Amino acid sequence: MNDMLWDWAWFGGKALVAVGILMTIAPLLTLAERRIAGFIQGRYGPNRVGPFGALQPVADLIKGVMKEQIIPENAERLLFVLAPVIVFVPGAFGFAVIPWGNAIGEHDLQVIDLDVGVLFVMAVLSVGVYGITLGGWSSSNKYSLLGALRASAQLISYELSLGLTMLLVIMMSGSVDLKDIVWHQVQHGWNVFGGSTWWGLPSGIVGCTLLYICALAENNRLPFDLAECEAELVGGYHTEYSGMSFLWWLFAEYVAMIFSASLITTLFLGGWDIPFVHLEEAPTVFGAVLSVASFLTKIITILMTYIWIRWTLPRFKYNQLMDLGWKGFLPTALVNIAVMAVIGVFLEG
Amino acid sequence: MTQVATTTEIRELPYKDPEQGTGLMGWFKKVLYRLYIPNVLKGMMKTAEYAVIRPKATLLYPEVKRVTRKGYRGEHRLKQDEQGRMKCVACLMCQTACPAECIEISAGPSPWSDRDKVPVEFRIDLLKCIYCGMCEEACPCDAIELTETYTQVALTRDEKIYDLKRLLSN
Repeated sequence: MNDMLWDWAWFGGKALVAVGILMTIAPLLTLAERRIAGFIQGRYGPNRVGPFGALQPVADLIKGVMKEQIIPENAERLLFVLAPVIVFVPGAFGFAVIPWGNAIGEHDLQVIDLDVGVLFVMAVLSVGVYGITLGGWSSSNKYSLLGALRASAQLISYELSLGLTMLLVIMMSGSVDLKDIVWHQVQHGWNVFGGSTWWGLPSGIVGCTLLYICALAENNRLPFDLAECEAELVGGYHTEYSGMSFLWWLFAEYVAMIFSASLITTLFLGGWDIPFVHLEEAPTVFGAVLSVASFLTKIITILMTYIWIRWTLPRFKYNQLMDLGWKGFLPTALVNIAVMAVIGVFLEG
Repeated sequence: MTQVATTTEIRELPYKDPEQGTGLMGWFKKVLYRLYIPNVLKGMMKTAEYAVIRPKATLLYPEVKRVTRKGYRGEHRLKQDEQGRMKCVACLMCQTACPAECIEISAGPSPWSDRDKVPVEFRIDLLKCIYCGMCEEACPCDAIELTETYTQVALTRDEKIYDLKRLLSN
């Protein structure tokens, strides 16, 4: 009985930490986005609220709560209110199966240890587009609807390549359990560098690049943000949103970004592994803290490059986007897997 | 002898088609160009340069104030001579010259012997004023002037109508 309570306490603690990671990084990310945008454009960005503008997210939150939330007359009220919450699902659910640290004693630092982690992630990723589509459709605005349509078309075409790159990881690690994938990388080397084999290096690099770009497209980030395209579609699927609902959209978007960054880290960049430091041999509290710090460092680096790319590149045209997705990424991902499989069969037999 | 570049000289940059090229190297270049990634990285280096190296264009306003250029036309002011008397003789030249019709003067008898009239009231509606400086040009006594003050704060419209006292104290 006591043991079970203890287990539940561990579970609750880990869940709290995971939610804490999301809830701390997401607001800071909105700040980082605006400040980096400012720097790149020769400005300072928000720097008035608190030291270096650090309290800006709090000010934004207060503003969002105080503002009136307008629901259009012809909108589907329930779906309109629900849509931003549905978008929040993939990020939050997906993060639950990501191993974000080495074990402390017997307890792995992962909220839910699913045997089919990769499949679960694939399933949950597709839910995100429901939110966008519902939000765009329910606001009964033609521009919102167009944005939502674009988002769904884009997500379908990029999810294929995303799935195929995940297949590559499964082939390299021989498991669909995210914890096993990380352990394999800890023991045999990161998947970007080909995992346990030298001939996997090109496949690993191509796969990681593909996953990174597909993650950008999945998150509707520039250069793939056709769904919100403020020049043609006013604001895309969140045109009609205001006040707290709009903040929810933003927040969900950033949580999804954090999730995709942690997915890239887990699948290709070794998860919580620190190269040349053998954390796996010492499942102590100190080792766990180090591993979590390593994981967070990797995530934040990826997120910074997301922001950097957003303020560098212009948006693709719709036909270019589809070209790139269907004629560029899909064949590349297929060839990548084929090469990996064929060489694997020949060399490893 | 030093060579002096004239303004009429046209610098012609040779146009380079990024997809042009022959043989294997040309094909390779073409593929690299179509991959976008090298050019994307180039662009990212550029934005990084802007973010890190280049100075910011923003002035941090309340702490740092812009220094106006000479001859900047801001808030009005009525000048006084060495004896502390206002220079204005209420000739209404500025009122006539004003294209926005924002100046309103009513004259009264002068307490001094060297002039006939002085303004009893002198009102400038700064909300109407277009800061063209015509009043300054029209004044025969060099009595009105546009200062370099560009910050004007008021809570009501009435505060923006400057009277004689306010203009003299400017």
